[in-house]
Amino acid sequence: PTPLPGQDVAPQRVEIHKLRQGENLILGFSIGGGIDQDPSQNPFSEDKTDKGIYVTRVSEGGPAEIAGLQIGDKIMQVNGWDMTMVTHDQARKRLTKRSEEVVRLLVTRQSLQKAVQQSMLS
Amino acid sequence: MDTESQYSGYSYKSGHSRSSRKHRDRRDRHRSKSRDGSRGDKSVTIQAPGEPLLDNESTRGDERDDNWGETTTVVTGTSEHSISHDDLTRIAKDMEDSVPLDCSRHLGVAVGATLALLSFLTPLAFLLLPPLLWREELEPCGTACEGLFISVAFKLLILLLGSWALFFRRPKASLPRVLVLRALLMVLVFLLVVSYWLFYGVRILDARERSYQGVVQFAVSLVDALLFVHYLAVVLLELRQLQPQFTLKVVRSTDGASRFYNVGHLSIQRVAVWILEKYYHDFPVYNPALLNLPKSVLAKKVSGFKVYSLGEENSTNNSTGQSRAVIAAAARRRDNSHNEYYYEEAEHERRVRKRRARLVVAVEEAFTHIKRLQEEEQKNPREVMDPREAAQAIFASMARAMQKYLRTTKQQPYHTMESILQHLEFCITHDMTPKAFLERYLAAGPTIQYHKERWLAKQWTLVSEEPVTNGLKDGIVFLLKRQDFSLVVSTKKVPFFKLSEEFVDPKSHKFVMRLQSETSV
Repeated sequence: PTPLPGQDVAPQRVEIHKLRQGENLILGFSIGGGIDQDPSQNPFSEDKTDKGIYVTRVSEGGPAEIAGLQIGDKIMQVNGWDMTMVTHDQARKRLTKRSEEVVRLLVTRQSLQKAVQQSMLS
Repeated sequence: MDTESQYSGYSYKSGHSRSSRKHRDRRDRHRSKSRDGSRGDKSVTIQAPGEPLLDNESTRGDERDDNWGETTTVVTGTSEHSISHDDLTRIAKDMEDSVPLDCSRHLGVAVGATLALLSFLTPLAFLLLPPLLWREELEPCGTACEGLFISVAFKLLILLLGSWALFFRRPKASLPRVLVLRALLMVLVFLLVVSYWLFYGVRILDARERSYQGVVQFAVSLVDALLFVHYLAVVLLELRQLQPQFTLKVVRSTDGASRFYNVGHLSIQRVAVWILEKYYHDFPVYNPALLNLPKSVLAKKVSGFKVYSLGEENSTNNSTGQSRAVIAAAARRRDNSHNEYYYEEAEHERRVRKRRARLVVAVEEAFTHIKRLQEEEQKNPREVMDPREAAQAIFASMARAMQKYLRTTKQQPYHTMESILQHLEFCITHDMTPKAFLERYLAAGPTIQYHKERWLAKQWTLVSEEPVTNGLKDGIVFLLKRQDFSLVVSTKKVPFFKLSEEFVDPKSHKFVMRLQSETSV
């Protein structure tokens, strides 16, 4: 897959197997962003008007970390569903469907250099 | 032109009153020195008459009775003697004071009245003298003169009504000093009239002026000038003080009740009168019983420290050193009186609330026993009562609760049984609810609400470091003293406000959502 304009790294495909904890199926990461959120508060996005869904936290040893998801990744698709123009709640719902045990995400991430630069500037 | 006033109390341009005033000041100063180690400031007396002058005797008698009543109930036999001496000296001083004051007051009024009459009659004299003295030589004047006659008549009428409205008012107070603005206006009117007479005498009477129209126009010009002086009087005396320039803080010295007022440019004595008027309906009534901490709290101030001086016999140094040592030691000693004060207060609160609850219930119940007779109902004439009887009928059931409540809140000197009955009758007549009836007793009202003797306090003393005819300035402090308390008044200038404008376009109000959620999945 070719890199998208503005992104240095090609989109990654991440397959997460949900973990069952009691009654819930958890993935082990947190998301932020959405078209109903304030994009200027997003620390991970390069473009501060980007209203996409970003990964804000990855819990240690959770299914997401095992699958290779990283903090700061932008989630483009979940199981074929688009995540670039969704509200925060819709994103959450698409990730936490009870009927699905495996989710396949299409994520893009900035290169390490850019990430370091950004963290130094901010 | 009537720029004089019937306001009393200024002694105006007479040597007699001036000397008496000096004498009074000296006596005042002497008295204050003997009392409290004076500051050497001027202390003058304001008398606030609510009734005409002739009642001076009777009200002084009332004051004396009031004082006697208080002293006999509170103090013991020996101290009664010393206080009665004070009373006598004070009353003697009052009598001495009031006599010259009356004379000066009357003098001022008399001078003002003659000046007014003079200025009113002058235009008429101007008009009437030529026809009387040299009618044959006078040229007849036609319609122009008639127009001028009419205008003179109406202007004089307006002048008369205007001065009646402005100046012929019952004096509110008798002030210690001349009211400067008023005196200046009277001097102005006097000069005006005198100069007109001078011109008239030289140009018209001596020269036997032929043209009557000229004379009439001369008289009309005088009336116009008098009207303008009247306008000046209105502006100086009434309008100038309306725009607020100063904020006054008035604090009662005994219990700290305070209020803030806004006033305009006034002299200190006029401000004092204005404040006194506001005092009677803004401040809660002065209740001497509510002042002190309960005795049990203060009783334990036993010093227990004796200081011995060793060494030199320098008495003055030692005394201050001693007292300082005692005070320091007393402060360091562990003192639990605040605890007692707190519990005493809490207990008192509780007691008051309980009595109040009982009172409210009793009154509510009492009011349910009577109702207004409707027109259509036919009742036995024996059963129909007028308000007084109705009040008496229901008073018995609430009397005890009322008495206990008043005693707990220490209000019983202010409400006699008769006054309560009268108030009850009043409330019944006007269909008021029990709550409206109780409003008078549950909170201490302003002084003017109570019986006349309590508030018809005539004698107030204005104590000020600046001469009392000065205008108000920022930072002036003066006192209004009564026998048992005083009002401390301090002045502050109203700040100058710098107002700037900012235009807000109504279309510029736009908003966005600002949500930051982080959801863990």
